Amino acid sequence: MRPSEHVADVVIIGAGIVGSSAALFLRRRGRSVILLESGLVGQQASGVNFGNVRRQGRPMAQLPIANRASPIWRELKTLLGEDVEYLEAGHLRVCYRDRPEMADSFVDYAREAAQTGLELEVLTGNALRARFPFLGPEVIAGSFSARDGHANPRLVAPAFGRAAARAGAAVFENTMVTSAEKVGEDFHVLAQDGRIFRAPVVLLTAGAWAGDFSAKFGEPVPLVTRGPTMSVTEPVPYAIGPGVGVATPLESETVYFRQITRGNVIIGGSTRQDVFPEIRRAYVEPPNTLSQLRQIQRLAPGLGKLNIIRVWSGIESYLPDSLPVVGPSRHVSGLFYAFGFCGAGFQTGPAMGDIMAELIDTGATETPIDFCGVDRFQAADAA
Amino acid sequence: MAGRFVRLGETERAPLSILVDGEAVQALEGDTLLVAVLQAGRRLRVSEFGDGERSGFCLMGACQDCWVWTAEGGRLRACTTLAREGLSIRTQQPEATWPNLA
Amino acid sequence: MAEPRIVVVGAGPAGVRCAETLAAAGLRPVVIDEGRRDGGQIYRRQPDNFRRPYEKLYGTEAARARALHETFDVLREQVDYRPETLVWSMGGKTLHTVREGRHAAVEYDALILCTGAIDRLAPIKGWNSAGAYSLGAAQIALKSQACAIGREVVFLGSGPLLYLVASQYVAAGAKVVAVLDTSPVGRRIAALPKLLAQPGVLWTGLGLTLGLYRAGVPVLTGVTPLEIAQGGAGEVRSVLVRDGTGRERRFDCDAVGMGWHLRPETQLADLARCEFRFDDSSRQWVVKRDEMGRSTSSGVYLAGDGAYVLGARAAEASGRLAALAALGDLGRPVSDAAVAGLKAELARWDRFAAGLRQAFPWPFSLAAQTPDETVVCRCETITAGELRQVVRATGAAEANRAKAFSRVGMGRCQGRYCGQSGAEIIACASGSPVEQVGRLRGQAPVKPLPVHLEEEA
Repeated sequence: MRPSEHVADVVIIGAGIVGSSAALFLRRRGRSVILLESGLVGQQASGVNFGNVRRQGRPMAQLPIANRASPIWRELKTLLGEDVEYLEAGHLRVCYRDRPEMADSFVDYAREAAQTGLELEVLTGNALRARFPFLGPEVIAGSFSARDGHANPRLVAPAFGRAAARAGAAVFENTMVTSAEKVGEDFHVLAQDGRIFRAPVVLLTAGAWAGDFSAKFGEPVPLVTRGPTMSVTEPVPYAIGPGVGVATPLESETVYFRQITRGNVIIGGSTRQDVFPEIRRAYVEPPNTLSQLRQIQRLAPGLGKLNIIRVWSGIESYLPDSLPVVGPSRHVSGLFYAFGFCGAGFQTGPAMGDIMAELIDTGATETPIDFCGVDRFQAADAA
Repeated sequence: MAGRFVRLGETERAPLSILVDGEAVQALEGDTLLVAVLQAGRRLRVSEFGDGERSGFCLMGACQDCWVWTAEGGRLRACTTLAREGLSIRTQQPEATWPNLA
Repeated sequence: MAEPRIVVVGAGPAGVRCAETLAAAGLRPVVIDEGRRDGGQIYRRQPDNFRRPYEKLYGTEAARARALHETFDVLREQVDYRPETLVWSMGGKTLHTVREGRHAAVEYDALILCTGAIDRLAPIKGWNSAGAYSLGAAQIALKSQACAIGREVVFLGSGPLLYLVASQYVAAGAKVVAVLDTSPVGRRIAALPKLLAQPGVLWTGLGLTLGLYRAGVPVLTGVTPLEIAQGGAGEVRSVLVRDGTGRERRFDCDAVGMGWHLRPETQLADLARCEFRFDDSSRQWVVKRDEMGRSTSSGVYLAGDGAYVLGARAAEASGRLAALAALGDLGRPVSDAAVAGLKAELARWDRFAAGLRQAFPWPFSLAAQTPDETVVCRCETITAGELRQVVRATGAAEANRAKAFSRVGMGRCQGRYCGQSGAEIIACASGSPVEQVGRLRGQAPVKPLPVHLEEEA
């Protein structure tokens, strides 16, 4: 008996936020789409991250992508037909008094960012404390981005997946892809149970697992996996609107928190753990939680009164220059990449899906993405 | 209206006084905070999500339904905390000032 | 070899007998317990300044309670005893504990989890009211604080604890309005052959039931709970059930003690990455263990009701047995005869426990059919209808996925009181067998952990 075969214009491997949003946007452009996911839509990095929807703090080159995402977030409830708890109450990025140069960098960044349309306000001293009285005494400066916010990562990618399915995408969960090969004009994507998916275009959005595929296509990348340290408190009276984070070169000091309207405070950051992508498991190492809780009290001492009720981690993927792999394959026509978002892919996710849909559909995109090209790793190899 | 819990004995213990929502409540040494509050009153807290008053559930530190706020903005699990003289707790959530009480 | 570091978590009957066995072998285990005093739940010790005698507190179990307490009174000087200490997480053979806001790491070569059990619940409309308590809570109020949970108490559920607590309340002078058992008497009769594995316990149980009748307490069996009716501020006013003949009966009360026997506390086993299995007999997930209590994680053992609910006396035997397993695995001499004896004792308790499960089943159909407007997740106030709607709208047919979308299990109790009934609802709504729905994955902290912690000096 022939194994079942499915055919479409585009096969997307990996249904995180990028894959599932790309599926929806491709459908809206009239392309037929197959979306494949080894587990459940949005279960991996897209579902376990902190939930920051922020533009400020990103490398300048990423701002056009982030700026493209911003209006999508604002319209998401209409686009998806469900509430993913996007809250635009701003984002505050602060620095400590032992790194006064960071405060200067806030001012420089704000000036440059304004040129892309991102308006930031830098505050210090009494003005900062009057506006954000919960900040700890070590904080000396803050950069406030009014039109940034946060959302519920557990809900977003699955909502995109359902919207894509309603729009006619064929979504296959619990479908582990074992191989993807170009055979003539088409890609043959084979699942563990023998099903075959064929399309002239493949979009690889398989996150931590994408490197295996790109290597098989002759474009290996130095991708590593790490697990974020995440905690959540019990619900407490809603008091803090913006997401708040520390700008610092030290991983252990890089902590952030956001309060949801139900009252829980979500805390992320500080040292990360090794994870186990081969068994899709990530375990929080208690010393990382302890480090995070110590650091979060420097940022907002009032949080010290609260109780943590749950911690979690997940599998995020990183490249050494902290930029993702995005764009067309340089070797294989019809193959496109969008993975490795270095723990910063939530806000840009819907824009990435939109950009890849545009690129696949029209052959080009108006948003600069070349700086994320896969060839930046191949060039080094060739040298 | 009298308290929810009914003392059936062991009343020959040293008295102590706590504050519940600013009002003095007489209890006994050896009472848990939960018992101290409920032998005089009807509730421990008000549910965050609109389904009314709560008065604890498991009494063994498993259900986590008996956490109360202290007047200083701290948190106590009433069933596993001993009542002690001068403890001041609130059965309502404080207003949104908790982050600034440091 | 340097003395192996053995850590026992829990100072109830299993933990105490386990530590005793280890101390007798010349070791000095760490014994970590959350309680202020040893004894666990069923042998919970009253505060120092209470004066009730053992007979009044523990009834027929007075001698066993005294023996256990006296054992630990001596043992506490021979072990590294850490009361009021929560193990909130673990990793890499290190436990992370907190005591009065102070954190301490405890390393182990062998870990014996004697974490006990909690009441097993199913949602009833209004069970989230002030005045609704678990059966265990009703007992603790009496045993440990000499209080009744209310002026007029209804006891509802099933299992030996239902009759025991109701009887204890009557004996202590509290007003018991009714005892409402969801299990029909016929099930008890059918379970008799198994229950006869422990004739003494069976006889005691019968005595309790007779005692209630003689005290004039209405005892109804085969009831279907309909509602815990609330008053104006959301507090308990009455309990409405359908009795065995189909008639609706209402019992006015100001407090309800409810529960269906017990379920193991398994969060630490989960964090220790022990494998679980679905136990058809008790219709719940339990930690996989061998006959002596070895889990699938190297160096991790389980004993007592935290491993499998067999009762307090069985817990003492299984605590000893797990200690012998650990000692044997560490290369210490162990008596085969002792092991055989303990296994035989546990086999009798196993049979009796199977009888209890047959006589007093957890009402899984009731749970699956929880009315839409009834709260399932007490912590987050999520109703059965909301959970069903999420399953329908998203296709979520697995416990953790449904939790991510519905918030059932996301609250402070981490699914202790909603996880099992939530799974039944998800199974029914998605047309999956309940085993396929899986179980809520345990995450640290095992119980709420303060953000502000002092470090161990």
